[in-house]
Amino acid sequence: MTTLFTNARLIDPETGHDAPGCLLVDDAGRIAAREGTIPAPEGATLVDCGGHCLAPGIVDLGVKVCEPGERHKESYRSAGLAAAAGGITTMITRPDTTPAIDSPETLEFVTRRANEAAPVHVLPMAALTKGREGREMTEIGFLMDAGAVAFTDCDRVVTDTRVLSRALTYAAALGALVLSHPQEPGLSRGAAATSGKFATLRGLPAVSPMAERMGLDRDIALIEMTSAAYHADQITTARALPALERAKANGFDVTAGTSIHHLTLNEMDVSDYRTFFKVKPPLRAEDDRTAVVEAVRTGLIDVISSMHTPQDEESKRLPFEEAAAGAVALETLLPAALRLYHAGHLTLVELFRAMSLNPARRLGLEAGRLAPGAPADLVLFDPDAPFILDRWTLLSKSKNTPFDGQRMQGKVIATYVSGAPVYQRS
Amino acid sequence: MTFRHKHLLGIEHLAPGDITEILDLAEQYVDLNRRPHKHSDTLAGLTQINMFFENSTRTQASFELAGKRLGADVMNMAMQASSIKKGETLIDTAMTLNAMHPDLLVVRHPHSGAVDLLAQKVNCAVLNAGDGRHEHPTQALLDALTIRRSKGRLHRLSIAICGDVAHSRVARSNLMLLGKMENRVRLIGPPTLVPAQFAEFGVEVFDDMREGLEGVDVVMMLRLQRERMDGGFIPSEREYYHRYGLDAEKLALAKPDAIVMHPGPMNRGVEIDGEIADDINRSVIQEQVEMGVAVRMAAMELLARNLRAAQPESVEV
Repeated sequence: MTTLFTNARLIDPETGHDAPGCLLVDDAGRIAAREGTIPAPEGATLVDCGGHCLAPGIVDLGVKVCEPGERHKESYRSAGLAAAAGGITTMITRPDTTPAIDSPETLEFVTRRANEAAPVHVLPMAALTKGREGREMTEIGFLMDAGAVAFTDCDRVVTDTRVLSRALTYAAALGALVLSHPQEPGLSRGAAATSGKFATLRGLPAVSPMAERMGLDRDIALIEMTSAAYHADQITTARALPALERAKANGFDVTAGTSIHHLTLNEMDVSDYRTFFKVKPPLRAEDDRTAVVEAVRTGLIDVISSMHTPQDEESKRLPFEEAAAGAVALETLLPAALRLYHAGHLTLVELFRAMSLNPARRLGLEAGRLAPGAPADLVLFDPDAPFILDRWTLLSKSKNTPFDGQRMQGKVIATYVSGAPVYQRS
Repeated sequence: MTFRHKHLLGIEHLAPGDITEILDLAEQYVDLNRRPHKHSDTLAGLTQINMFFENSTRTQASFELAGKRLGADVMNMAMQASSIKKGETLIDTAMTLNAMHPDLLVVRHPHSGAVDLLAQKVNCAVLNAGDGRHEHPTQALLDALTIRRSKGRLHRLSIAICGDVAHSRVARSNLMLLGKMENRVRLIGPPTLVPAQFAEFGVEVFDDMREGLEGVDVVMMLRLQRERMDGGFIPSEREYYHRYGLDAEKLALAKPDAIVMHPGPMNRGVEIDGEIADDINRSVIQEQVEMGVAVRMAAMELLARNLRAAQPESVEV
């Protein structure tokens, strides 16, 4: 089946293209042509985009799906539907499940479940150390054979530098990408907020924003030692940015991401102990937020992720210190990101460079572009459509979003995976 | 009557007028409490439950006495010994108690914000008896009443708060209250216990106690929690006492009529010299305890008034 998208505002982050045009998708689910006008081939399905935006589908690096272990929080089915509704065409899933995804057997189970249940691409990451305990590296080679696209202990820092250096050395030999959570764990132990006036006022145990830079500094030194391919999962503070810039300038294979929450919210949003705003690392000061937005604009920070972390009501209905961290974001990633577009901080090309092109490139995927030959993983959206978010309408099983009741702008109209619609707004 | 709050969760939400109203009413209860017949029927028919998720002898006794003197039916629940151990969540515990129709819930909890959370889930009036390192509003109010009675006013005074400010809910509530009433507040302690960022609250921060005590009207000492030693916040008790313990020599730097306060329980020889604590010309520590009962009676009466005015419909403030 060939499909011709007409009357679209095409956003291609690879070429920086943001202009009206047409996109032709061939029967193999790949992009065949991108032109100003394309005559409709015989038998082609026509999609009139109504002048709305057509962009490469989002490649979301760092999604937590709670299988195995806590399927009541999120399954591959519910996460897949939520992703499709959010314009995400590839989920790169995290291994911080119960048990952790640290063996080829668990990974195969997860991959099978994902392929059965999710309408979007799912590519799993595996743990870097067994049980994410930071003591022994996992079977990185076997896990790669089983389909692991990257290795990470998620929010747990491998504190034993020797263990980490060996894992990085081994991963480097296999060409495996390692994701790390830059944080100095001694400083951040027990913290529920970022130190500063707000945390003091609320009496919350807090971590200095400097802890992130200290963690990143250590990791970068290890990269210099081992030459591994490294991605910092979330850079959220201004003070970490110069270290990142230096590492890139020195030619190390280093990239960095940030979460949509750290780009669009700050510590004051916690207000009267609202636990839906408890994320890890904690929300930062406004100065840090604006510095991170600017780093996305310049390309210093490569990737924007949802850091989708489902939590049930019980784990959030607790005193702030005891409440679980994390927020669901598959369906709010795009509208929240569009806040930065509407505020004039980032262009659509810059947003999709960070949400689609860069994560795809980092993982060696062909997606993330509107170029002939690329897979037709696409999102069609109206960037201006306003709505008020009601968390109970989310397709995720868990409803822990900090954007509940907030005014948002930007709705997904349809999502396509390999040219086939996987979501269409009713 | 201007006090319109449904709960007393912290000083943060009180206006200066609210504070004055509580203190004025508390004065009346100071008189009542000094009479042989100490009973009033203000809270007759109301049920007060004291839920303490953290050990407390003095505060719990003070709230219990306050409720009983006002004629409420008072029940104490030692929560650390009960359902929490069985894995019940705070909200479940609150809902269970709520079903018993209490009118006043007095809550202490080891986590900041826990009392706010609980207040969202119950229909009765909630009094914060201390949550984590967040707030302890009745302590600040009783301190304010003590200061007002000793100094004849609660404004334009220079007040030093000394010790473990970082982990103290008493310090937070006090610096907010004293700031709202337009006093000059100084915080004194080692930088590990008095982080410099407190300066953002419009107070002066000193790590030299002698400098900080210079010319103050009130010296408010805080209790040094023993577990702070294990956390590596200070090197030893004896070094702490040497640098930050209140003794006669350091107190001599304050105004000659400066009063000494302490929320109790005291560590004699750690943060305060025993003789100063017992000096009836300087120490108002016993009076603080007396004011505590009166202030809690006043706070509960005001909340009960609003509770009755709101019935049958409850009104959010």
